Amino acid sequence: MAVRPADYPPPFDVAEVIAAPSDPPDERIDVGLLIVGAGPAGLACAIRFGQLLEDAPELAERLGDVPVAVVEKGKQPGSHLLSGAVVNPRALRRLFRGRKRLEDLPFYGPVEAESVYFLTPKSKTRIPAPPTMRNHGNHVASLSQLGRFLAEEAESAGATILPETAADRLLVEGGRVLGIRTGDKGRGRNGEELPNFEPGSDLVARVTVLAEGTQGHLTGAAIEQFGLEGENPQVWALGVKEVWRVAAPLRRVIHTMGWPLRAGARYREFGGSFCYPMGDDMVTLGMVVGLDYRDVELSPHDVLQELKTHPLFRRILRGGERLAWGAKTIPEGGFLSLPKRLHAPGLLLCGDGPGLVNVPALKGIHYAIESGALAAETAFAALQPGQTPWTPGALDSYDEALRDSFVWSDLQEVRNMRQAFGKGFWLGGALAGAMTASKGRFPPKPLGTEPDAVQTLIRTKRARRYPQPDGILTFDKLSSVYASGNKTRDDQPSHIRIANPVARDVGEAWARMCPAQVYEVADGRSANEVTVQVTPSNCVQCGAITAKGGRLTPPEGGSGPEYTLT
Amino acid sequence: MSILVLLEHHGDELQKGSLSVLSKAASLGAGDVYGVVAGSGVRGLAAGAGKYGASKVFVADDPALEAPLPQPRVDVLAKLVEEQGIDTVLLAQSVLAADVAAGLAARLDAGLNWELVDLEEQDGKLVGTRPALADSVYVKVGWKDTPRIGIFRSGTFDPKETGGEAEVVDTPVQLEDFSSAATMVEQAHEEQQGPSIEDADVIVAGGRGLGGPENFSLVEELAKALGGAVAATRAVVDAGWYPYATQVGQTGKTVSPKLYIACGISGAIQHKVGMQSSSVIVAINKDPNAPIFEYSDLGVVGDVHEVVPKLTELVKQRKGS
Amino acid sequence: MNAFDANALEEALRLKDASGEGEVVAVSMGPQKAADTLRKALAMGADRAVLVSDDGAAGSDLVATSYALGKALAREEADLVLFGQQASDSDGAVLWAAIAERLRCPMISQVAELTASDGKVRGKRQTEFGYDVIEAPLPAVVAVSDAINEPRYPSLKGIMGAKKKPQETLTLDELGVEGDRAGEAGSKTEVLGLTDPPARGDSRRIEDDGTAAEQIAEFLTEKRLI
Repeated sequence: MAVRPADYPPPFDVAEVIAAPSDPPDERIDVGLLIVGAGPAGLACAIRFGQLLEDAPELAERLGDVPVAVVEKGKQPGSHLLSGAVVNPRALRRLFRGRKRLEDLPFYGPVEAESVYFLTPKSKTRIPAPPTMRNHGNHVASLSQLGRFLAEEAESAGATILPETAADRLLVEGGRVLGIRTGDKGRGRNGEELPNFEPGSDLVARVTVLAEGTQGHLTGAAIEQFGLEGENPQVWALGVKEVWRVAAPLRRVIHTMGWPLRAGARYREFGGSFCYPMGDDMVTLGMVVGLDYRDVELSPHDVLQELKTHPLFRRILRGGERLAWGAKTIPEGGFLSLPKRLHAPGLLLCGDGPGLVNVPALKGIHYAIESGALAAETAFAALQPGQTPWTPGALDSYDEALRDSFVWSDLQEVRNMRQAFGKGFWLGGALAGAMTASKGRFPPKPLGTEPDAVQTLIRTKRARRYPQPDGILTFDKLSSVYASGNKTRDDQPSHIRIANPVARDVGEAWARMCPAQVYEVADGRSANEVTVQVTPSNCVQCGAITAKGGRLTPPEGGSGPEYTLT
Repeated sequence: MSILVLLEHHGDELQKGSLSVLSKAASLGAGDVYGVVAGSGVRGLAAGAGKYGASKVFVADDPALEAPLPQPRVDVLAKLVEEQGIDTVLLAQSVLAADVAAGLAARLDAGLNWELVDLEEQDGKLVGTRPALADSVYVKVGWKDTPRIGIFRSGTFDPKETGGEAEVVDTPVQLEDFSSAATMVEQAHEEQQGPSIEDADVIVAGGRGLGGPENFSLVEELAKALGGAVAATRAVVDAGWYPYATQVGQTGKTVSPKLYIACGISGAIQHKVGMQSSSVIVAINKDPNAPIFEYSDLGVVGDVHEVVPKLTELVKQRKGS
Repeated sequence: MNAFDANALEEALRLKDASGEGEVVAVSMGPQKAADTLRKALAMGADRAVLVSDDGAAGSDLVATSYALGKALAREEADLVLFGQQASDSDGAVLWAAIAERLRCPMISQVAELTASDGKVRGKRQTEFGYDVIEAPLPAVVAVSDAINEPRYPSLKGIMGAKKKPQETLTLDELGVEGDRAGEAGSKTEVLGLTDPPARGDSRRIEDDGTAAEQIAEFLTEKRLI
């Protein structure tokens, strides 16, 4: 009997995430502009707003002691940031307005050459790099490092960054967003208050900017609450990557498609791999797979391990050492999945949260930065004397500015590309070459309009092909979680919401899907229903579970990975 | 060279650790080796140190030294160093010794190297070896000047009887005001349930392979027979089988006992980092591919429910005899 | 902030909370990065922070560190100086005992429980043999173990208010620390080199054929563990 993860909805109601302020007014913490998420979008917003405040001292006065606050659930900015990444410096140049040169930015170097391959288990066929994929003028970066750099810039621009602080609830009253409630700290496994229990606080602001990144906890709730859903539901891909020290420098950017993913339409395995040089002595490589895949036994982490056994990658990694590992989802719905409006009274949405990602080009960082900067400009205008940020129309200028920007035109342009190449298949005009190389087994996929969790699950013996981890080239999940720097406190409530028990296929699909081994299916017992055992402290908050039938909520602030090189 | 070794005692016995360091000092053959015993009514302990290589043992006997507090001992050692021209003071790691050594270092402005696992004489100077970075690397350390102070990691050497007699010399005790300001109100209350896992020399740990919380009794029995403490993995603490205070691992405690017996533990890195510097690791697990076998000294592929009770019996027999 | 220091700070804050008065000062010696730790201390509730930061202090061993830090602490004239029991970068650093010597104060270490009253402190000190109860008159130096408390989380108000609290940075000159008593020049120990640790030794693997327990017992006897 075919089951789907969507048949087991998680015990979660968006209403839990929306609330009116509960602290007495004099205990609420008041800030001018509140930004949720110290990623590229949130920090660009803080930096831009700080620039504008430099020339507006009276407004700065009026905004009080803390004109700009950025809350971040990770241990420090960068701890939860992960991407490839090849960055288009355009938005950064605009953000720093000539005050910074390229050399000042934490890049590893320009893209010098690139190759795109179609892989089979033992060989590779070169395909010309498609127009959407050309990376000339772009630079390799570690998003985590870029985040740390932008955080310092934001602090110099006057922002107060509040790390280890989870945004638990969106404060809404009278139809407008007032701010957030931060998460409690010091609760035990069963929700009990431990001796050092510290309740969250109501953080109120004139304007709230949600820049939470993929699977944004409050972003999803806000979209639902304010009826902002776009034409298509959002869908995601899961990326799992590693950073390696290598013996010989890699001098080009590599993308692959084909093996180890399977071409047959029934599998719906769309994605590919990337391998980028980070200076002379490091590389990063990763695997990206659309989460609408159907095989219970597909494990993106293990597919990455398998990928490394290909001669192309073996050669690159020979004599090297794994330095880091991580995983994160990427919104893949593109233009048609964007919310119909990216603002609501008192609220602005930026970055990956609403899905500003160019799927065929696999780029989102510069859109995040640009959207953050535009949000700052709209917030600034809406805070001028005589304006209030929640009157109807007050924040319209944000959507207008976005529509006028390269963000919109880029995403619109590749909307067609996406239709042609299918959701998750991001190699643009290489399709023709790919079809030749794969001897026609590569079909263009019909435009996906369904959420990932409604795909019916199938079973193959895929797991037999995963390599046994050898601890040198290939690694198991637990040692990978360790390599992400994750030291999450165990004695806290579980932040993962899933139905339990579930059909065996669903439970096993989750266990394989999760790169951090959060879910395990207890052996034996009934063949149809299984109890899923959850180890929340392994979680690296990639968000895959939300795409495939459960719901990730933010754990206690400071939990999760401590990425530095991803 | 003249080396002075602090000989700690507990009850009526000189501590094994101190005697080990004394033997080691004697084996250097680098000069005179002396011991010092400090306490109240301890004169009788001094002569026994001769067997382990001390040619002379100083006795600082005074009621003010009855309580095992560090600061008065700093006074005693400092005075001996100055009056006897001692150039090297060696101690065996203990809670007391660590405080004494550091206080003495500040008193004399003398270099202190701790966690030593070896010591050699090279061209009239002493060179020590100590582990660093969770025992992943060994560092050679030295002293730029004298006097030198060194503390040895416990259990590094064994006491060696070389025969010989020691001259017992009484040394007058003069304490600074501040050194004797701290007073003992109650001494050495035993904890109710045996050693805590941080202090235990032997730890028996249980993991998911035990099958259920009721099987922790196997672990407890073996721990009791060995005089050790019980520890648990994150998985079983998460499942509520055993308390968090006993959790060993990345998000629990880090331990380095002389013996760590892992029962039904797979040994993923999150656990390994909490116990990898145990001197001897024995693992029992029915999965031959369990990662713990990669770093255990003795790996037993077997059923804990069969092996552990039998082992407990054998331990009881051997200890009894 | 190193976990052990958090225990010490938490104990200080509790003593202040309990008595309703007093000042908690966080002191650190290190490069500018140590300022982050001090800011967290202020966020948790410390009233004031003092950072001793000077390139000349780089490479200081216990003797040099305790000398400089001793001067900074003496300047504070505190009633009680608290330390966490272990520095995570140099296990067994035992700085507190050296500081007690520099300040010429009584000291209690390994304290798992601390009470203060009438110009003295009483600490429950953990040793290998059980626990002792030690009393010392103030001013005193106390090193606390991680069993003593669960450090509090800084509240948001605390984090935001930290910026406004007084933070002082001192150089070695300002403390009156002579050049030859600081850094490498003032250190009496040196690192001579690195070597590989000895190999763990051959690892033995056996399969239980009914005699595993005996074999383990043999092994333990061989290693002189039973």
